[in-house]
Amino acid sequence: MPALTHLQRLEAESIDILREAVAESERPVMLYSIGKDSSVMLHLARKAFFPARPPFPLLHVDTTWKFRAMYDLRDRMARESGLELLVHRNPEAERLGINPFDHGSARHTDLWKTQGLKQALDAHGFDLAFGGARRDEEKSRAKERVFSFRSAQHQWDPRNQRPELWRLYNARKHAGESIRVFPLSNWTELDVWQYIFSEKIPIVPLYLAAEREVVRRDGTWIMVDDERFRLREGEHPERRRVRFRTLGCYPLSGAIESDADTLPAIIGEMVRARTSERQGRLIDNDAGASMEKKKAEGYF
Amino acid sequence: MATDDSTAAFDAWLAAQQRKDLLRFITCGSVDDGKSTLIGRMLHESKSLLDDQLAALEGDSRRFGTQGEALDFALLLDGLAAEREQGITIDVAYRFFATERRTFIVADTPGHEQYTRNMVTGASTADLAVILVDARKGLLTQTRRHSYLVSLLGIRDVVLAVNKLDLVDWSRERFEAIEHDYQDFAARLGIERVVAIPLSALHGDNLAEASAHTPWYEGPPLLRHLEHVAIAPRSEGPLRMPVQWVNRPNHEFRGYSGRLLGGRVRPGDAVRVLPSGRQSTVARIVGYDGDLAEAQAGQSITLTLADEIDISRGDVLCATDDPAGLADQFEATLVWMADEPMLPGRPYLVKLGATTIGASIGQPKYVVDVNSLDHLAGKTLELNEIGVCNLTLDRAVAFDAYTDNRDMGSFIVIDRYSNQTIGAGMLHFALRRSQNIHWQAVEVDKQARIRQNGHRPCVLWFTGLSGSGKSTIANIVERKLHARGARTYLLDGDNVRHGLSKDLGFTDADRVENIRRIGEVARLMVDAGLIVLTAFISPFRSERRLARSMVEAGEFIEIHVDTPLDIVEKRDPKGLYRKARSGELRNFTGIDSPYEVPESPELRIDTLECDADAAADRIIACLEQDRVLARED
Repeated sequence: MPALTHLQRLEAESIDILREAVAESERPVMLYSIGKDSSVMLHLARKAFFPARPPFPLLHVDTTWKFRAMYDLRDRMARESGLELLVHRNPEAERLGINPFDHGSARHTDLWKTQGLKQALDAHGFDLAFGGARRDEEKSRAKERVFSFRSAQHQWDPRNQRPELWRLYNARKHAGESIRVFPLSNWTELDVWQYIFSEKIPIVPLYLAAEREVVRRDGTWIMVDDERFRLREGEHPERRRVRFRTLGCYPLSGAIESDADTLPAIIGEMVRARTSERQGRLIDNDAGASMEKKKAEGYF
Repeated sequence: MATDDSTAAFDAWLAAQQRKDLLRFITCGSVDDGKSTLIGRMLHESKSLLDDQLAALEGDSRRFGTQGEALDFALLLDGLAAEREQGITIDVAYRFFATERRTFIVADTPGHEQYTRNMVTGASTADLAVILVDARKGLLTQTRRHSYLVSLLGIRDVVLAVNKLDLVDWSRERFEAIEHDYQDFAARLGIERVVAIPLSALHGDNLAEASAHTPWYEGPPLLRHLEHVAIAPRSEGPLRMPVQWVNRPNHEFRGYSGRLLGGRVRPGDAVRVLPSGRQSTVARIVGYDGDLAEAQAGQSITLTLADEIDISRGDVLCATDDPAGLADQFEATLVWMADEPMLPGRPYLVKLGATTIGASIGQPKYVVDVNSLDHLAGKTLELNEIGVCNLTLDRAVAFDAYTDNRDMGSFIVIDRYSNQTIGAGMLHFALRRSQNIHWQAVEVDKQARIRQNGHRPCVLWFTGLSGSGKSTIANIVERKLHARGARTYLLDGDNVRHGLSKDLGFTDADRVENIRRIGEVARLMVDAGLIVLTAFISPFRSERRLARSMVEAGEFIEIHVDTPLDIVEKRDPKGLYRKARSGELRNFTGIDSPYEVPESPELRIDTLECDADAAADRIIACLEQDRVLARED
């Protein structure tokens, strides 16, 4: 039998984490954002508990501003996996009609996502929540634990983290406190894409290039996904061949022009983008990366 | 790498990607040794820096760099400065990069503070260690400390990165002298393989490519060595699989899920289940994409057995011909990771495999000086101290010595109150086989005594500051119980100190042992059918919890005799507070030793609100309500 490859080792570790977390909690939930990382995490969960269904529901903290294609995939995956799908929309944000056009991305993200998540966790009494964050995303994540403790107020205290040794995760907590668990901690973006490809995991088609109706705004392409989109003066929607590196609320997600309409092509583009950077080409401002960051702040 | 998107080229590239294996390593050294520069350059040479990271690095290098026009790789990892401003403690950070043949996870443990704790954490998941030495300075105390910790955590492969060789004119003699010294030292620590590499991380010499400055060096550059070094496979040992999760989707299927921590397994293999000792054979290895013909150590699997036997989380499936040990007492090396020192005898939790269990730790046999490796005497372990101690678990568990199987012989220590991970340890061997201890079964049992006595036994545990009125109230309660024909016994603090615990002082460790003895005596008396009254300050929550855990649920009634400190100090019936204030008496509860207020006692007596006699009546009413005593009408 050949030695395990790095993807096999990552997979085994993630499954180990998923099972351990479920065994050590009373009311686990999986935060499902419909992005590529969430897709991988859900796939790993189905493997971890096969032939049983993963013993927890999916929680989508909705902002009402996701791409239509994301809602489609969300409902399809819930149906196929047989998992209960909980959708939470912050009633306060709904009442105030919070949207990215009038209220800015910071307020929009905070009310819909950060506050919405806390409400949902409290309302259902979840004591453990899986998240798809990876350590290679940003510096502060590089030192967050796989099992990350949260106070009863959902606070993360980076100065007071539990040492995490071997594969011995400490999930103990008092009533009201909770644990966030990140099964993909040790995966890189490239690992995620390779795994999606080799396991044929369904993803939102927006990751692949296609002609889409977009406007140029703040140095990036924003997709006009529905009639709620507000054009600024001088903006004219045009059709461009674009794809998204990260997905969130559609008015806040920047697309890049690309012909990569297959998984091999986007993986190829990603690898080439890195090498070309080394040769000192000018860097395109990547709105995708900043969106990723907002997501990290909002959720974690 | 795929330079065009044609299917064939991509397939070839992907196939190469998917053949890659994973090496986890740790880098040891301080910023002065050029560690940040080394890791930064490895990320760069392996093309693992993302666009925005590289852009930020270029900007930072121009503004803060020390390398002129060149990139200053140290800045890449010195998000540290920013972190310091944010008040984040820098402990263990994980970095990721990949080369043509392998992917790598680097555990980076910067800084001097908390070094032992952080390095032990980083090393626990590493296959290999890169130990940095400044060529100008040679082996330092810290080199020994790093090497000791690396060997302690069971890492057998070390790269000695002799850095800054450019600053000693690429001296071969200097390099070889350092290598020679280190080989001797490493051999004594049990590090099996050392590869020394002459480096200049700053200039990239011998990092990815062989350096023209060291024609005399015949070995590989660092990255090539890391790509090719053979990692001992963990699948060679005997089969071990702790059951993490029992998979029962319906009545027909019963699977056992877990990570294979040793060996291989195929359908038809005989397995023994510990601790029960029952045997069966593997029927299927169930996979999402179909059953597997074989699985090896490192994989997370689900298997079914040919026989229906009772198996639950924490049990370990083992090779029948080479099963794990089974014991409840061990010798172990312990690394202490909490500000509060380890207290021998205090009840802790230990997590080992998929089992979390009550445990206590004995007084250290010795404490290791991590700099000199000398064995020192010690009564406890402080933060970042390492010692060898006996570990006692509440029941027997399956284990292997850490040197035989890192995952089967490692454990963490968890505080019962704060739930923090406060220590980590490695099992050496079992002290005795637990199968040899049996409880003596007796015929006249507790139930028989309850029938004869006409009441149930329990412990009335009075806790409170010295002078709060514990003994006074306890005495009245006992008198009233005795008058009703109940069988009682009062254990009083001062009296016990004259006999049972006369060898103990008043340090925290001695207080713990004192309460453990009293708890044990109380437990025997409860078994004898008595209502036991104990009147001790018993200042620590965890010891009260220990005493509570020794008797059955409902048999422990914690009574907090709550009198404020200023009042008891004014009363000061024995003149002790005066002595403590003047420094004549040390470790006095409430003055220079803490009293941890009970969070949910069964009863709280506010002595400012009721007198001792009324308090006693309340306690007796509580016993009637709990049906310890029959109600008197």
